[in-house]
Formats: sequence, C-alpha cells, structure tokens
Amino acid sequence: MRMKRKTGTEPLKNAFRKWLDGDTDVFSELPEAARIHDISREEAKEDRKRVDRMIDASASAGAVVRAERKGFRTFYNIVAVISCAALIAMLLFLVGNLPRYGEENERTVEVVTRYVEKGLEETGAVNIVAGMILDYRAFDTLGESHVLFTALICVMILLRQDRRNMTSKVDSYASLRNDEYFDPSGDIIMRSVGMLLGSCIFLYGFYILMNGQNSPGGGFSGGAVMGSGLIIFSAAFGMKSVDRYFSFKLFSGLTFTALAFYSFAKGYVFFTGANGLENHIPKGEPGALLSGGLILPLDIAVGLVVACTMFGFYSLFRRGNIGSDTNLTDQL
Amino acid sequence: MTLMEIFRIILLISLIICAVMVNTTKTLLQAVIIFMSYSSIMCLLWVIMESPDLAITEAAVGAGISGVLFLMTLKRLRAEDMDEDETEDRD
Repeated sequence: MRMKRKTGTEPLKNAFRKWLDGDTDVFSELPEAARIHDISREEAKEDRKRVDRMIDASASAGAVVRAERKGFRTFYNIVAVISCAALIAMLLFLVGNLPRYGEENERTVEVVTRYVEKGLEETGAVNIVAGMILDYRAFDTLGESHVLFTALICVMILLRQDRRNMTSKVDSYASLRNDEYFDPSGDIIMRSVGMLLGSCIFLYGFYILMNGQNSPGGGFSGGAVMGSGLIIFSAAFGMKSVDRYFSFKLFSGLTFTALAFYSFAKGYVFFTGANGLENHIPKGEPGALLSGGLILPLDIAVGLVVACTMFGFYSLFRRGNIGSDTNLTDQL
Repeated sequence: MTLMEIFRIILLISLIICAVMVNTTKTLLQAVIIFMSYSSIMCLLWVIMESPDLAITEAAVGAGISGVLFLMTLKRLRAEDMDEDETEDRD
C-alpha cells in the first residue's frame, strides 16, 4: 500500500537544500504510522530538557554537575589531541621505514620471487593475487569469509524482527510501514536507471567472479559487486520483487553450502599435507574460463558468501528481515 | 615531473582534504558522502599503484556498499538532524 508523497508548500529545491543542511526533514508531513518514532524522539528530548531544568533548579548541584561536565570535556579534548598526535607520529615513522615503492628488498624478495616464478605451476592461477589468497594464504581467506558470516549473524541478532524477537507490535508495524512509505520503487528515474545499471552491474560482478583466476578480481570483489547489483534491484523495484527469488531459505542454504564446501576442500588440503585435491580442471591457461585448478570453485564459494552477506546487511538494516516473513505480515 | 606524477600529487592532496572534511562537516549525511568520495579517490590511487584487485574491491565496498550501509544506519537512527542535539549538549 503506497501513499502519495506530499512536497509541502515550499518549493522542492529549497526543501532539499534545507534537508541537506540538516535544518528540517523533507518528509515532515508523514502519515501517523510513520511518525511514531518521531513522536517518541521528541518526547525523549523533552524528558532530557526536564532533567536539565531539575538540575538547574538546585543551584549547588547544578554547579557541581556543570563543573564536572566542563572538566571532563577539557580532559577529553587534551587526551584526544595527544593520542591523535602520537598515532600520526607512529604511522609516519613506520611509513618512513618501509622499503621504497617498487624497490628490491632483501627481506621480501625471496617470497615475492617464489610467488612470481612458481605461482602459476603451483597454484594454477594466471592471476598471482588470486593464487596467493586462495592457495598460499587460503587459511586467511577462510577466516575472512567466516568473519563476514559471523558479523551478519550479529547484525541478525540485533536487528531481525520475527515473532519471537518482536519488542512491540507497534514498533514492528511502524518499521514495516516506514519501509513501504520510503520505498522509492514508484520512481520512474529509479526504475529506468535500475533496469539499465542493475543488470550491467550484476553481469560485471559475475564476470569478475568467474575470471578471478585470469584477471584482476576474484571472490571478494566479484561478490561485493554482485551484492551491490542486488541492492540496486531492490532499491529500484522494491523489496517485494527481490523477495520472489531471494528468500531466507535460499540465503541460508547458499551461505551454508558455500562455507561448508570451502571448509571441506581447504581442510582436506591442510590435513593431507597441502598436496591439494585431485581435480579435473586443467591448470593455468591464460584466458580460459575453466582453468586454475581448485581456484575457480573456491572463488565461486567466497563470492556467493560475500554477495549474500552484503545483500543481507542491506535487507536487515532496511526492514529488519531477509526475505519476506509472511507470518509477521499476517499477524499485524 | 611527468603528467602522471602531477595527477598523483593532486589525488593525494584531495585525499587529505577529504579526510579532514569528514571530521569538520556539519551533518552526518555530508560526512558519509565525503567518505564515499574518499574511497573513490583511493580506488584511483590503487590503480596508479598497479593493484587493480584492490581497486575493484575498494570501489565496490568502500565507495558503494559501506556508504549505503551508513545511509541505512542514519535512516534507522533518524540521525540526519542529530547535530542540533549535540549543540544543545555543549552549552
């Protein structure tokens, strides 16, 4: 259910200018359901003012509190300046001690030479960076994707609104209605730009993901680009159109399968003395899609986790759910 | 001094300007937008330093998704006009 947005009496340009400066809210003329948060915030502000007035009323206590506040502020400013200066000095000192850009250095040259000379035959990836992060340093990437997954779980614990996690019916109703109200999917500019850009971005992300072993890119960046393509789709055509194919079941299934595949494949390699899985994908031909040994499937696994995580963050931040929760909507 | 070096110096100076401006802007919305432009400049610098892998990731995550997440957080906190509360606090 969508309501028409009112622009108010003053011209839209001035309103936008004021909103950018933080003076007023363009959407000040909201329907009742969407304004619930506003009212509670104003009440909170009045509460704070009342407390301040009470403190001011008892003159001695007010003076003490004000003096404490002022003292803390001075202390805070001095400590902030000192720690900032110390941090800047430390960083400048460290950067000054680094080897010059592009120069040979006896501490690093051994590892670099090994990677550049033997990287292709040992890992099977033409793009040495992909070979590094998914073969030599695969354990780091494993930890990285699990960190992302854990972060998503934390966000879900904090922000997800389902039947067991609902603080109050009014709150959930207001957030649902807010999402419907601010949904820009009716906008003709958003729709046409989303149609043109969204598909191109998604295709580009898929290209980066599949060509990670041949050209710059790989799992993380490809997954992030695919995730932003999904975000543009959902911004242009509304959350409901993405819900049709991206449900919570698909999300959890994809993430779990990708993480489990990565863990099993790399765990096997670690426990068998880093000899690698046998695979039938030929190694290292520049330009060929099916080359690079185990790098391609690992790339796809990382990319899927990252894409799901990025869209999951957006969806949870926007309306506190991944996929549509039909039970919740029915209940309200 | 070649053209590329001049371009690099301009980029580095604007990087510093962006980093300072993020702290000194009036509203959080402007700070987020400047932070996103910081990431775009950093992306160009990665390309100049011949690490396109990092450039793609910086463009996608730094200039794209983290900005979107910051904006969603601002919307969720209704913090677009939070600065007036802070000035009240300071008196």
